[in-house]
Amino acid sequence: MPPPVRRIALDRDPYVAPPTDHDGGATTATLTPPGPAAAARTRQPAAEVRERMRVESVWLAYGDRWVVRDVSLPVRQGEVLALIGASGSGKTTLLRSLNRLTEVTAGAGRAGSITLDGEEIHELEVNQLRRRVSMVFQQPNPFPMSILDNVAYALAEHPGHGRRRRRRTPELEATAADALRRAGLYDEVADDLNRPALRLSGGQQQRLCIARALAANPEVLLLDEPCSALDPISTATIEELIVGLRESVAIVIVTHNLQQAQRVADHVAFMHLGELVEYGTSEQIFARPTKQRTRDYISGAFG
Amino acid sequence: MAAEGAQLPALAPGPGVPVVRPRRQSISSWPLVDRIGYWLCWATGVALCAIALAVVLYMFVKGISYLKPSLFVQSPAPGVKQNETGGFFDPIVGTFMLTGLGILIAAPVGVAIAAWLSEYARPRALARAVESAIEMIGGVPSVVLAIFGLLVFSQGFLGFLSQRAANGAVYGRSFFAASVIMAVLALPLIVGSVREGLAQVPDHMREAAYALGKTRASCIRHVLLPAIRPSVASGIVLGMGRIIGDTAIVTILVGVTLKLEKVGGVPLIGNYRGTGSTLTSYVYTNSPAGEGGSPQKAYAAAFVLLMIVLLLNAIVTRLSGDTQPLGRTALAGRLRMIGRSMPWIP
Repeated sequence: MPPPVRRIALDRDPYVAPPTDHDGGATTATLTPPGPAAAARTRQPAAEVRERMRVESVWLAYGDRWVVRDVSLPVRQGEVLALIGASGSGKTTLLRSLNRLTEVTAGAGRAGSITLDGEEIHELEVNQLRRRVSMVFQQPNPFPMSILDNVAYALAEHPGHGRRRRRRTPELEATAADALRRAGLYDEVADDLNRPALRLSGGQQQRLCIARALAANPEVLLLDEPCSALDPISTATIEELIVGLRESVAIVIVTHNLQQAQRVADHVAFMHLGELVEYGTSEQIFARPTKQRTRDYISGAFG
Repeated sequence: MAAEGAQLPALAPGPGVPVVRPRRQSISSWPLVDRIGYWLCWATGVALCAIALAVVLYMFVKGISYLKPSLFVQSPAPGVKQNETGGFFDPIVGTFMLTGLGILIAAPVGVAIAAWLSEYARPRALARAVESAIEMIGGVPSVVLAIFGLLVFSQGFLGFLSQRAANGAVYGRSFFAASVIMAVLALPLIVGSVREGLAQVPDHMREAAYALGKTRASCIRHVLLPAIRPSVASGIVLGMGRIIGDTAIVTILVGVTLKLEKVGGVPLIGNYRGTGSTLTSYVYTNSPAGEGGSPQKAYAAAFVLLMIVLLLNAIVTRLSGDTQPLGRTALAGRLRMIGRSMPWIP
């Protein structure tokens, strides 16, 4: 019998503990396995941290069932925000609401406000919004076309690239190659960009999806359990990539893997049954959680 | 990483180690009723194979013996003896004319209907109505469609599609009229195949497109349709088979002339405004059921017809069995594959 859920009222500016190198060293040490990603992880905060999106007392519903209740969060460029929590805690729904992908589901409803650079996202044109707030899914889902076409398709209809996908300008290819480079895939596929994307390995496919999402230069990148279908090596590569990307794009990642959250995230939000239980820096959440529920979850008592 | 240098275990057990394989389940333990049912199922399956084989063999033996290369190049001619009645060049051309235009009309319409039904389907009542309409058309006997077509194309304002008599009456029978009705006949098959293909594309593919800021239309055009190209192709081939095999629409709407009759001076359009025959109507006319003029040629034409339909079936099997993503050289690969599947074609 779980204890009753307490609603955590968040201030407009949630408390953010100043990140330090030695906070909670013991817990961190036991939870972080040695590995390439852990080694690559710089504990230094990014040079510039700037708020891109703001979630303000958001409620989300499917039909008449509320799946997210009164959540407030900032999404900042220069840092990675991880949403953790058990299945059914509403974290994926919250993530999908950030680029209005919840609207694809029939019967979805919402209350509260989500802003992107100060603009209410429901007042933006939805396809423009999704270009600025891009998403990568749990299952690698490249389109059944060539590697180059996958990225070029994401670029098409983008201002400056014309509407015709078939017309391949050197400029378009350069932009696509640049996106592939940012996703760390270019060197592996450079010899034949016209090969079908579905021939790539799972990890490469997922990096292609990241490249595709980055192609249109989004301001925010949403990742919905991007590594849960991948092997540990591919996971490490992608985690490294995520940490490297946070300088240029705000990143929100949903993950079931607590160690992954610890490895990649600067801030962590713990959700339970649709409520935001605790929000804080990665160090604080994993080393000194203030709520009993968070403590139970990260020590594996439930979820 | 530690296992990198380790040897893989040998796949086969050592010598003298018996390999245990699961034995097939015996039906001798079944109740009698089930055993009788089992044998009946088996017998019907074998009987069906026998019938199919008999049709092919019979047509093969009969057709081959009467088939002469000259039949393919000679036009039908009136004559009392069988060696005076010419060949079936005109019916073959007629078959291609009818199938070509019919599919040209049916394919885009069918794909559009299927895409709308699968991806939009709003308002729901309209979608259900469209669905029932497609089902209804699929169930209507083609002779009913043909009579309906005759009614429609005999209207005065559609005279430009067939020929007009001196008194202004519209004949209503032409390749144009038949092609349109044939398109209606092929439509349910194309819609069905394309819808099936669209249903198999996982939703996360659509979401990936939406998440890139693509509209629904762009997703259909650039992601879904390329992904289901094999389904579209097999729908088209199924539709072609249906058109090639239909007799009622041809006999009613293309008229009963065996030779292609041109109306007006324009080359292709004149042919489509005119009348003629196809392989099916040629078989019917020449068989003892029709005028019975040249049963041997009916057999030969039926054999050619059967071969064309079998070829189309082989293409469908080949297309639908293959779900590989299509790259840039898709068409070439596809053609090579079709070639491999039909070794009797040099």
